[in-house]
Amino acid sequence: MSRQATQRLMFAVITVAAITTVTPIILVVGYIFWQGAPAVSIDFLSTGPREGMRAGGIFPAIVGTLLLTLGTGVIAVPLGIAAAIYLSEYAGDNRATRLIRLAIINLAGIPSVVYGLFGLGLFVLFLRFGTSILAGSLTLAIMTLPVIISTAEEAIRAVPQSFRVVSVSLGGTKWQTIRRVVLPQALPGILTGVILGLERAAGETAPILFTVAAFFLPRLPHSVFDQTMALPYHLFVISTQVPGMPIHIQYGTALVLLTFVLSMNVIATFVRSYYRRRRQW
Amino acid sequence: MTPRNLREVVIESLVRAAGYSAVVFVGLIFFFLLREGLPGFAEVSLPALFGSRWYPTEGHYGLLPLIGGSLVVTLGAAAIAVPFGLATAIFISEIAPRWAREILKPLVEILGGLPSVVLGFLGVLVLAPFMRVLLNLPTGLTAFTGSVLLAGMAIPTLVSVAEDALDAVPRNYRDAAVALGASEWQTIWRVTLPAARSGVLTAVMLGIGRAIGETMTVMMVTGNAARLPTTPNSLFLPIRTMTATIAAEMGEVANGSTHYHVLFVIGIVLFVISFIVNLAAGAVVFRRPKRAERVLS
Repeated sequence: MSRQATQRLMFAVITVAAITTVTPIILVVGYIFWQGAPAVSIDFLSTGPREGMRAGGIFPAIVGTLLLTLGTGVIAVPLGIAAAIYLSEYAGDNRATRLIRLAIINLAGIPSVVYGLFGLGLFVLFLRFGTSILAGSLTLAIMTLPVIISTAEEAIRAVPQSFRVVSVSLGGTKWQTIRRVVLPQALPGILTGVILGLERAAGETAPILFTVAAFFLPRLPHSVFDQTMALPYHLFVISTQVPGMPIHIQYGTALVLLTFVLSMNVIATFVRSYYRRRRQW
Repeated sequence: MTPRNLREVVIESLVRAAGYSAVVFVGLIFFFLLREGLPGFAEVSLPALFGSRWYPTEGHYGLLPLIGGSLVVTLGAAAIAVPFGLATAIFISEIAPRWAREILKPLVEILGGLPSVVLGFLGVLVLAPFMRVLLNLPTGLTAFTGSVLLAGMAIPTLVSVAEDALDAVPRNYRDAAVALGASEWQTIWRVTLPAARSGVLTAVMLGIGRAIGETMTVMMVTGNAARLPTTPNSLFLPIRTMTATIAAEMGEVANGSTHYHVLFVIGIVLFVISFIVNLAAGAVVFRRPKRAERVLS
């Protein structure tokens, strides 16, 4: 076979493989919108489940997921950004820094269900938080941390060195330089990382199984020491644990979860491309 | 010390503490897994843990069926995800015109953002019944159905890391190959891919690591039958993975019971596996470039 023919063949194979890979993504999202849209109404979004979850809406699960995402953000965002600042601006190239990087890589790789076990062992039992929003948020926050640290560090490193040199030459201290010059420039990139991290936290089920999620709790949580329903766990429950569950409620719940997560994804993509276009360096 | 200097010092130590928190968390995770799991090694003998029966209600805590189940699903997922993921990465980075790249990259990111429970949900309702009819099986809730969905979860990681590796290959490598008369495909296959091989290897390992740790999807679609997979056709039978076992049973055990401790032992096994996979992936990343590579790049 001539090399032109080989090239045509291989390019065709690779193109077909790539199309085969991405087509199901469109089908999956499209199918859930198509099947779920009829079930979603104001009533569905604003009332609690009734008749053993076989009727009514998913309001408590939506609120629960919002609260957990918020709680995760409150803990993971400041910690993650601070860690990223340390790694990009302060840390030297030495053993200790390599240890931190190794730890971050490993945190990113630990299975989500193992985070659930850890949260159960430390927050729920040892610290006696019980199955609570606090325990769930802490567990999700530690899981989200590596995503936020790596993206924020990348964003901070991308700020040109000359910006720092100018600030310092004008008499700025190291922290003033970071606070007033580097961070504002890196903000869009950091924001993208934060949203992507929280997106992952919002969609996770395994870490909240034993730390916060309630099977059925039609009222809203009263404090951070209360359990709550959450969208991903609710979808798991109604699609596998409740016999005779009406199918449209299942698809409706999947659609709401998917919309929540994907809109975060779209916002992140938008922030990134908007600021990349406006950036002057 | 002036107030300004004091503030600098305080802030630096706070930021440093945040940096080291990652190390602390890994330590804490390992410590609490051991704390809850070590009693399991005392209560169940090591040979019993390596038994081939998992019937906790009758006191059989053999982990082999669960480890085997995870292995079968993960290998199946790798067999699908590696060729398709690498092809997608090569397509995006080397072949696709700009407009196609702008469509494909966000799509792959969307796949990465899909909650695993949503994929599991569609797996139960759509993919499993489809597989049952397509392959003429008694049930569609099999290891293979799990592998297909897990491949979908591994592909975004694999594509983005592999694509970064391909992008990082210096432009002049490709120019040199073309100048020597190589076709585009010969350049990709003989020059770009080999030059990016360590990054590509990392991509494959991270993708597989993601698949081993996946929980909700496999719990929902693999049938959860704790059988030791011994023959190749196990791929088309129900199996039960380590992750699914923890997720399904932890809610129903009494805290402090043997069963509870053994579930943490499974957690330790998963932690160690992910640690090794990531250490191996990290070793590739942190490896010092060879002299030849330094000179060339």
